[in-house]
Amino acid sequence: MALLSKKDRALILDPLADNNPITIQVLGICSALAITAQLKASIVMALSVLFVVSVGNVVISLIRNIIPSKIRIIVQLIVVAALVIIVDQVLKAYAYELSKQLSVFIGLIITNCIIMGRFEAFALANGPWRSFLDGIGNALGYSVILIIVGFFRELLGSGTLLGIQVLGDPITKTGLYAIGYENNGFMLLSPMALIVIGIIIWVQRSRNSKLIEEH
Amino acid sequence: MSLKNKLHDLKMKYKGTKMAPAFNALHTFLYMPNDVTHSGTHVKAADDLKRTMNTVILALVPCLIFGIFNAGYQHYAAIDQTLRLDPLGNFFTWENLTLGAWTVLPLVIVSYVVGLGVEFVFATIKGHEVEEGYLVTGMLVPLIIPIDTPLWMLVIAVIFGVILGKEVFGGTGMNILNPALTIRAFLFFAYPTWMSGDKVWVHEAVERDALISAGSNLDAISGETILGTYAQNQEPIYSIMDMFYGFIPGSVGETSTILILLGGLFLLYTKVASWRIMLSAVIGALTMGLLFNGVVDAGWIKDGSNFFGLMSVPFWEHLIIGGLAFGIVYMATDPVTGSQTNKGKWYYGFFIGFISVMIRVFNPAYPEGVFLAILLMNVFAPTIDHYVIQGNIKKRMKRLKIKSA
Repeated sequence: MALLSKKDRALILDPLADNNPITIQVLGICSALAITAQLKASIVMALSVLFVVSVGNVVISLIRNIIPSKIRIIVQLIVVAALVIIVDQVLKAYAYELSKQLSVFIGLIITNCIIMGRFEAFALANGPWRSFLDGIGNALGYSVILIIVGFFRELLGSGTLLGIQVLGDPITKTGLYAIGYENNGFMLLSPMALIVIGIIIWVQRSRNSKLIEEH
Repeated sequence: MSLKNKLHDLKMKYKGTKMAPAFNALHTFLYMPNDVTHSGTHVKAADDLKRTMNTVILALVPCLIFGIFNAGYQHYAAIDQTLRLDPLGNFFTWENLTLGAWTVLPLVIVSYVVGLGVEFVFATIKGHEVEEGYLVTGMLVPLIIPIDTPLWMLVIAVIFGVILGKEVFGGTGMNILNPALTIRAFLFFAYPTWMSGDKVWVHEAVERDALISAGSNLDAISGETILGTYAQNQEPIYSIMDMFYGFIPGSVGETSTILILLGGLFLLYTKVASWRIMLSAVIGALTMGLLFNGVVDAGWIKDGSNFFGLMSVPFWEHLIIGGLAFGIVYMATDPVTGSQTNKGKWYYGFFIGFISVMIRVFNPAYPEGVFLAILLMNVFAPTIDHYVIQGNIKKRMKRLKIKSA
């Protein structure tokens, strides 16, 4: 990683663990609960957010000196909206089934707090290259959690991964199902996603005592 | 050397190490400690946590024994309907006992072994003493699930319920939700086909169904609960006395209203449970039942409607069918998760009864909602207490102002 200086590296690595947008800042929870019942949907959502937040960060960073500060939120919204529409149209054109499954949640990327948060907190005050890295880092932090949650929910809830039956066939009773195993329907419901994220937060905080607030 | 001394020596050997709480718990659970405080002022009271827990367990034992007999009785009565003509005579039989013990006791054992295992592990990790909270939970769990619940599901549910219902909040006394009901709710949402329908309440009904559809020449077993029958707008085949004594299908230990009533009286006599919660929950259930009866009497709901059957259940009958009585007596009165203030207990209990009957009637997938109602009110109990306390403070402030003015 000679390409990146130590400071730049922190931009990418920090949001992955110690400053994770989902588990530490608890942002972007809405989509994390709604679309993680399947791993594929989680991955597509993660990629969409990766695109929107990294490109958006660069755009905002480039025009940061000419945005009147009174209307900066509106300008930011327009940038996000434009990018989200691009993602939405691409998905509709090339992955129609998946786009139907993700339904309104692609559109709702606009309201994902992570994106506006990065624009406000970082892109408005930093150059394009650093903003780009920051966007990548935060989107990756978001993606990691989404993919972990999606992995467990799909595996335990449907017995599949990316649509492939990995635990056997529940109807013809092969694999694990032959000995009486059954899918956990609770995993497919959103409350369980919240519990899974809660468990991830629990594990993370108990491994890293830096994260525990003092009372 | 006696077992007591051996345990004491083990305890001394591990004192100050990570494993100390586990040995300490084992020792004090079985015996009085070797060393007790001799001097100084201490409150000497018999009603410690262990005593409280044991009282509740004692109150639960009749339900467990009845549940064991009932498991066998329902199985044989489903095959030979003539047994139902004389329930009392055909109930306390040797076959019923052996079959029931064979099916129910594994649930009890699994519940205790897994739950206490989780407790011991957490006590060792966190270095606090093993708490007695699971003793009651472990007894409640097998009583509120269908008889044929697969044991591995129970294992997963107990681990989930004890960790996320109790340990994450800091263990016994700190939990927001009743752990036994958390376990029940987990089972309900995770494996709905095993928790509802007309096959799960009678031992081997599901297996027999599979055999019949595979071509075996057997009689089908139907074990529809009374609530399930009402939900389909049909009249149940059981008499009121059957329902009161508990010769009906249902979760293992919840069917016998009379034994629950006795257990409840015992809990009230020993002052372990709150009479305010029990009474107000009964009032709440009767109120909702009366409201629904009124709706039916007023003719606002048609004969063929989905809710007609359950709405026209006589309001008092709600108390003797399903798990309402069991929930009110043994689970709504949990001192940790319920309201703490006396006034709050009235609201808390009332809404448990009220919402239970409401969910019963309006839940299309599963005509029972006692555990959901209690869990919901568990969540609201601190809020109720907060407003009761604030109201009291306000009242006193007013009085103070008048005095000082």
